Amino acid sequence: MKLKKGIPVIDQGDKLGFWGGKFGGNFVPETLKKPIEDLEILFNKLKKDRNFINERDKYFKNWVGSPTRFIKLENLTEHVGGAQIWSKVVSDANGGAHKIYNATVHCLLAKRSGKKVICGDTGAGYAGKMLSMAAKKFGLKCKIFMGAKDIQRQQPNVRAMKKNGAEVIPVYSGSQTLVDAVSECMRYWVANCDKVAMCVGSTVGPAVFVRICGWSTSQISRELKNQLIDEFGSIPKKLKLYNCVGGGSSSFGFWNEFMDYDKKQCEFIGVEAGGPEKSKKHAAPLTYGSKIGILHGAAQYVNQNDDGQIEETESISAGLDYPGISPLHCFLKDTKRARYTAASDEEALRAYKMVTKFEKLRPSLEPSHAFSVAIAESKKLSKDTIVVVNSCGDAYKDRGILKQRLGTKYV
Amino acid sequence: MFNPISYAFKKAKNEKRPALLTYTVAGDSSKKQSLQILKSISKEVDILEIGVPHNTPVADGSQIQTSSYRAIKNGIKVNDIFKIVKDFKKFDKNKPVILMGYYNMIFQYGENKFLRKCEISGVNGLIVVDLPWPENKKFASKCKKKSIFFIQLLSPTTTKNRLKGIIKDSHEMIYFISMLSTTGGKLKVSSEEILSNYYKIKKINSKKNVVIGFGITEKTIKSLKKADGLVVGSAICKEITNSIKKRQNPVTNVYNVVNRLRNKIK
Repeated sequence: MKLKKGIPVIDQGDKLGFWGGKFGGNFVPETLKKPIEDLEILFNKLKKDRNFINERDKYFKNWVGSPTRFIKLENLTEHVGGAQIWSKVVSDANGGAHKIYNATVHCLLAKRSGKKVICGDTGAGYAGKMLSMAAKKFGLKCKIFMGAKDIQRQQPNVRAMKKNGAEVIPVYSGSQTLVDAVSECMRYWVANCDKVAMCVGSTVGPAVFVRICGWSTSQISRELKNQLIDEFGSIPKKLKLYNCVGGGSSSFGFWNEFMDYDKKQCEFIGVEAGGPEKSKKHAAPLTYGSKIGILHGAAQYVNQNDDGQIEETESISAGLDYPGISPLHCFLKDTKRARYTAASDEEALRAYKMVTKFEKLRPSLEPSHAFSVAIAESKKLSKDTIVVVNSCGDAYKDRGILKQRLGTKYV
Repeated sequence: MFNPISYAFKKAKNEKRPALLTYTVAGDSSKKQSLQILKSISKEVDILEIGVPHNTPVADGSQIQTSSYRAIKNGIKVNDIFKIVKDFKKFDKNKPVILMGYYNMIFQYGENKFLRKCEISGVNGLIVVDLPWPENKKFASKCKKKSIFFIQLLSPTTTKNRLKGIIKDSHEMIYFISMLSTTGGKLKVSSEEILSNYYKIKKINSKKNVVIGFGITEKTIKSLKKADGLVVGSAICKEITNSIKKRQNPVTNVYNVVNRLRNKIK
């Protein structure tokens, strides 16, 4: 299995949509074959269309707010006493997280295809919130599927979705989290694909959704590349990019533009959700060696039992609480381009405490996982190493959990 | 290849009626009871579809989901399903049995091992909901070598070119999804429209036995009786759920539903 240079990773799949011959694909009911093919044709055409790219860039700049900040965390760096710790503050983006990029592009595609309604899944509620914002912006009706457990623990985002006029449909099946929300959303699309467009909230699902999402979030690394050159004159000799990985949309977007650099110069570190320290359950299929299986239309490493039933996950962060992982990350793991590890709930909370103590930055529980590993590793790294952590979400949505786990001081 | 599925269609045709196919989930509500249900409806039914329950089913509506979760909760494993088929075949060895499920279950079991077990236990056909054409070509030909029908699915969204390709690669039975829906949805198109799509398939190759499924209930079954076969699934799963709720015997209640369905297409 080999990563090719000079070709975007999203375009390195084969004819049937498999990366490295075995990750991804289109394991979908017959009914979805046609709408997926239509979307593929549309996306392949538009991603080469200058007008469409200009339109995307216009909305990214004026509406999403691009570029998001790239800042040095001076106090944290000094406290840790190793590598220079920087952050790409993607939570500056309109709505407070990276999910806005994919949501915007899906709404633009839906408009072009003449669909009036868009449906989407959400875990932490960011994908849903952003889709509701974009749908409102582009005049589309919006339906969001969300696990009942997630609705309870991510109330601020639920309120935001409703305020934007979206219908939030609670999903009571299975574990009542993201995995079930995605299933229910796909089922809704199966039944309504003639009139409704679907947005998959991460780099997961049938191949075309993986590609669209990766193409959209790559805005993050396009900005970062320019910002690094502005700051250092060139891409630093020792660069390490830390990002949390749930489905994998923010990390893929954070790394994409640096793919062709040697990993000795530019290393990618993906941090999965290890779950509570005392629990055997986790949401870290890459770190803990889960087997390949099929989930939501794509072959990927996924938590499952011997029979092939998908296993329940456990994580403090709803956005990482997913048993599978993007086929793109499976591909990056097996080609050894990226390295993957996990942080536990407790480690993420400790990192959140430390970051907020030293900096005016409030990473949500998802990027707190990445901060945890970045801080631990930075201690042992030289001062000329540039560590960048993608702070891809804001902690406002987590206030309930933070209050409960850390006390009101941290909200 | 000889396959009792072909015989079942021939018999129904001779009796000038569509074949009746039922779908029940293996292990719903228990291993023992699902076998009892199969035995009790066997005489009324031409082909038995048995669902392999999966916990992330992307094409099933709430009724079949409920049955599947119930079966999984009660501990059903793939090996138990083969055992159910084997035990059933001891009771009625000529009744065709089709397993229907999602690809991950087969993938984890191993394609070859799964097919060997199908052969040993007496499975005559397979429907894999999320392994569409052309991705399924290799697996379908493996099935053929074991004289097991791989049953291709067609939907109202299937394009003409795909229709031709799929029908060409199909074995003797094809499953036509009546409408854009998950299983058990309310029939939202007219039976005329469904049949007109059905005839488009028959026109490409009249020799294939085409069954219609999704949204078929006691109310709707009669209007589609011109088809080669009709599948009822969710209505039966719903009956099991209701029987449990009312503390009645699912075996008798399911038999009664199937018996009424049979009478409607005489």
